[in-house]
Amino acid sequence: MSSPAIRIQDLTMAYGDFVVQKGLTFNINQQDIFIIMGGSGCGKSTLLRHLIGLKEPAKGEVFYHRNVQDEPTNFWQAELEIQRSLMRNFGVLYQSGALWSSMTLAENIGLPLGEYTDLNQKEIRELASLKLALVGLKGFEDYYPSEISGGMKKRAGLARALALDPDLLFFDEPSAGLDPISARLLDDLILQLRDNLGATIVVVTHELASIFAIGNNSVFLDADSKTMIANDSPKWLLKNGDEKVINFLKRGEI
Amino acid sequence: MSNAYQIIKQPSGVQLNLKGDWLIDTGMQDFSQLQVELEQVSFNSIQISGEAIANWDSSLLSFLLQINAFAQRQKSSISYQKMPQGVVELIDLAASVPERSGASRSESQVSFVNKIGNSVITDLQEFKGFLSFLGDSIKSLGRFFVGKAQYRAQDLREILTDTGPSALPIVTLISILVGVILAFVGAVQLQQFGAEIYVADLVAIAMVREMGCMMTGIIMAGRTGAAFAARIGTMQVNEEIDALKTLGFSPMDFLVLPRMLGLVIMMPLLCLYADILGILGGAMISIFGMGLSFTEYWNQTINAISMADINIGLLKSFIFGLVIAITGCMNGIQSGRSASAVGDATTAAVVAGIVFIIVIDGLFAIVTSVLGI
Repeated sequence: MSSPAIRIQDLTMAYGDFVVQKGLTFNINQQDIFIIMGGSGCGKSTLLRHLIGLKEPAKGEVFYHRNVQDEPTNFWQAELEIQRSLMRNFGVLYQSGALWSSMTLAENIGLPLGEYTDLNQKEIRELASLKLALVGLKGFEDYYPSEISGGMKKRAGLARALALDPDLLFFDEPSAGLDPISARLLDDLILQLRDNLGATIVVVTHELASIFAIGNNSVFLDADSKTMIANDSPKWLLKNGDEKVINFLKRGEI
Repeated sequence: MSNAYQIIKQPSGVQLNLKGDWLIDTGMQDFSQLQVELEQVSFNSIQISGEAIANWDSSLLSFLLQINAFAQRQKSSISYQKMPQGVVELIDLAASVPERSGASRSESQVSFVNKIGNSVITDLQEFKGFLSFLGDSIKSLGRFFVGKAQYRAQDLREILTDTGPSALPIVTLISILVGVILAFVGAVQLQQFGAEIYVADLVAIAMVREMGCMMTGIIMAGRTGAAFAARIGTMQVNEEIDALKTLGFSPMDFLVLPRMLGLVIMMPLLCLYADILGILGGAMISIFGMGLSFTEYWNQTINAISMADINIGLLKSFIFGLVIAITGCMNGIQSGRSASAVGDATTAAVVAGIVFIIVIDGLFAIVTSVLGI
């Protein structure tokens, strides 16, 4: 159960000379719902960009274990083709959905399918409808992203992230901008995806309700010391964590 | 406002009595005046009394905060008496979180030499970015020719429509007018020698060698180059390009390649179209304005231009197409993630496109005249 899916080794993140976080070392295990948490501006989203291969670390390594038996791949040392094939195994839900605005929802989901599978147009369309139905957007196949609401864009973005049945799912602030009930439904969906698809899920969030509802492992990034100060399940941290972490998890109401 | 406060020196410290209205509408009180007065007396505590304050708003708070900061620098204590309801609480609130060190951005003095150095470094980095983009786009073209590039045929079709048929009305208008203008300019001079028929030569050579490709180039830089930069820049803001990357798509193949192909295919065709319409514009003036016959004009035109003239025009329009696509897409992809950055990217794309077109056209004029083509 607890063999690692992603291993982060002494990672330093920086924009030019400005160091965001340093000395990050932790594992994300297979089938974890792993929470990246911390106050505003501590580098949560930047860490996510490092994990999905969009930003090269200033120092340190990120290893991906595709299978338990395979040798792990050191992402930033790997060749471009290997990087690409690893990234095809990622599903990413961006903060605003990041749907391609010139395509309909069905085309958004169908694009990776058309590129990486030998399916025909009709089959792709069927799969796109299925993914949209999974996120509760049945019937919206031919809508353009500009024609649907923010919450729907987010769900459509999730449908696209699920297009290739990825083993690794990344969520950037999934519940930001959603009403409490939609946020709760999204949490349920994330749990179902983990249980039914066997995916490993990484979530950047600071919604406390979500953190406790879905997270079974987490890392806490601290903006002041510019490093991680906790790495355990959120529920355990609530009782036994560092004072700062407990303070965060209790909204400062000690 | 001049007597909004009064300083009383006491053995225990300084007593500061505030009075009257403290409102933004009646002007902010200048603290530096009080600071000078306070610096003249030595003290280790300040008592501020607000008994006589009538109306107040943020101007009072701002003034009190400055006193607060001054007292902290002087290491003297500060106490409030009979302040209006809420003032002390607000002051405490504003003073409770210390300024984050390094967060305040003051305009630091940069010497002239430093500024030159910095701008040279930025320019060099931009040039490096340009070269690497150029290399990437050539690699992407290579992948296209071996059939390995990832792009949507539908995108290419849309771009071909947008850069071809949709551009025809404006190209039509501008080309005819350029032909008409050339004919008028030529006619005025040539009529003095009775050589009106040579207007045909002038219009034909000018359109085919220079104006046809240059005018379409400038139109397309303004029309399509700007559209490319704005479209791709907005995709950058909206994380759409990140989404492409994480799904294993190369933005170069997916976004830049179809745009490059579209312009490179369409620009020579547009240029040919502009050449013909420009010549027609010139013919209109010669036939209806100067009484030449169509046959005369036509024969003169055919004799005036050679295949080499047409080829030079087409070659230039091909290169202009490449230049417009690259400047447009590059500025879009390198755009920052804000609305103003997209605006800057669009401006830069159009300006760079037009400047490159004219510079390249100038180089062609020199090279072809040296080679005698």
